[in-house]
Amino acid sequence: MGVALFEKIQEIRAIYPEGTQSALLPALRLAQEEYGWLSPDALREVADALDVTPAVCKSVASFYDQFHLEPVGEHLVEVCTNVSCALYGAQQVLEAFQDELGCRAGETSDDGKVTLSTIECLGGCGWGTIVAVDHHYRTGVKPEDAAAIVKELS
Amino acid sequence: MSHKQVVMAGTDTRDLTKLAEYEAVGGYASLAKARTLGPEQITNELMASELRGRGGAFFPTGRKWSFVPSPEQNPNPHYLVINADESEPGSFKDNEIISRVPHRFIEGCLITAHAVLAKHVYVYIRGEYLGPYEILVAALEELKQRPDLRGDVTIVVHRGAGAYICGEETALLDSLEGKRGQPRTKPPFPAIAGLYASPTVVNNVETIATVPAIVEMGGAEYAKLGVPNSRGTRLISVSGHVERGGNYEVEPGISLKDLIFAPELGGGVPGGRAVKAVIPGGSSTVILTGDELDVGYDFDSLLAKNTAMGSAGVIVLDERVCMVQLGIRVSEFYEHESCGKCTPCREGTRWMTQILRKLEAGEATERELDLLLSVCDRINGKCLCPLGDTAAMAIASYVAKFRDEFVAHLDGGACPCGDHSPLDGVLAPVAQHIHDHASELVPA
Ligand SMILES: Cc1cc2nc3c(=O)[nH]c(=O)nc-3n(C[C@H](O)[C@H](O)[C@H](O)COP(=O)(O)O)c2cc1C
Ligand code: SF4
Repeated sequence: MGVALFEKIQEIRAIYPEGTQSALLPALRLAQEEYGWLSPDALREVADALDVTPAVCKSVASFYDQFHLEPVGEHLVEVCTNVSCALYGAQQVLEAFQDELGCRAGETSDDGKVTLSTIECLGGCGWGTIVAVDHHYRTGVKPEDAAAIVKELS
Repeated sequence: MSHKQVVMAGTDTRDLTKLAEYEAVGGYASLAKARTLGPEQITNELMASELRGRGGAFFPTGRKWSFVPSPEQNPNPHYLVINADESEPGSFKDNEIISRVPHRFIEGCLITAHAVLAKHVYVYIRGEYLGPYEILVAALEELKQRPDLRGDVTIVVHRGAGAYICGEETALLDSLEGKRGQPRTKPPFPAIAGLYASPTVVNNVETIATVPAIVEMGGAEYAKLGVPNSRGTRLISVSGHVERGGNYEVEPGISLKDLIFAPELGGGVPGGRAVKAVIPGGSSTVILTGDELDVGYDFDSLLAKNTAMGSAGVIVLDERVCMVQLGIRVSEFYEHESCGKCTPCREGTRWMTQILRKLEAGEATERELDLLLSVCDRINGKCLCPLGDTAAMAIASYVAKFRDEFVAHLDGGACPCGDHSPLDGVLAPVAQHIHDHASELVPA
């Protein structure tokens, strides 16, 4: 696994001018897709592949919301609760997911399957409530849709 | 009312995501025309069009391009960077542009690259936009088979990873260089020292998607659309308490009231409720009250009301919405998204949130309401980038325009909205993450 990731990162690195660190975000994304989260080992692998220190990787990764420095579930359900979605009832949608999954926002269901989270504006404000299910947007989500979405993921 | 379409032209009847379909409606003809023109001529057309940037700062596009030094002045490669970070609450137009007219956007990239002498284009797209990213990559795949269109220009799509501040152009450049996305001090401006310290033009998706039409029509013709200082068309994102949320391409100068109520636009407020307030240009803009809707939706008219089109995200709030709760939710957003570089913004946004929460709970005194305004005052004008300033101005505008409602919450007072406000108890990421911190203290 490690070798494949190393090679893939080199391919990405070749897209950007030599001597730059631009491949870091794409490389972190790749490592996260491989391991599910950015463990200290994963960060070290990215660091080796790009000739930077693990501290650089962690410092950059920790700036961005999409990078997970702690384990998450197999699936991610992110409910936008910014103003427009909240006006359509995002809080009720979030609560419906909490009930279905038996965990609070920011936590993972007991079976380790689904991590539930709130998220800032997803850029679908006219079509809310927006819920990103494994990063694919569902539009116009209502509380009563939560059960079916959770079932899809189990 | 019928509305002139420029950016979204043709989408009503055809699926323009496919190259063949786009070419069937005359797509990529502007690129061919542009290549017969010199870079300077194209920039002159842009100047004549009076196009201003659609990303929020409203800078004249032709003028921006004219700042790029000649290769003799600066031998470094020139870069064109497209800002597709769209994260301003209320804005979702670039999402629709990339998803529905990817080739028009790509054509704009290729024309602009020609005009600013760039061989390398980077499209920085927010990490959450997976759908639009996939559509854009598919469109670029089609382009690979067409060296006649592509020429010697490479277009790389670079995904962000979740940070609103990376929409600020210099933070975006740092992020694109693989760093934490924090704004740089200016000058130098990107045109002189941008990506990899080389001359760089940064433009918004909609700005670039407008370029093919300007080349086709000619700048002077384009400038006949709209009103002075706000030429052409704009995609306006309408959301919140309207029947028909969506993006509508209209000529600036249309009244805000029509945007909200016209049957082919916002379609009015559900349940016939009254409009209490409108956020006119994304949550970073000063709020308007329901009595201020008879205003033209254009730069000058909104400036006269001390507010702005910003990124053209219109959020409509009906009579049930508690303005203190709105303040909390907006402040929480900026607290979460502050990059932490300047103390007034990093600490001040947190203070704003905390005082507002106390107010909402009925536990604040008049002194704390004054403190809130004083915090806003201590942020505004004391920050490196506009994030802090606009957050403070937005919150201060809620207090200024709805002061009675804030006062009603003081000293154990109850919210005049009762418990009908749709923003009651909304959980924000910044509040959710509070209980995450404990685990960070445990060594791995
Ligand atoms: C906090 C902040 C966030 C911004 N977010 C965006 C954004 O998401 N998209 C965008 O195009 N411009 C954004 N801008 C404006 C950019 O800094 C820049 O002005 C713009 O990309 C230039 O392109 P334009 O001239 O075509 O508008 C933001 C500015 C600030 C201060
Ligand atoms: S104003 Fe805020 S977001 Fe902007 S540079 Fe300063 S701390 Fe960062």
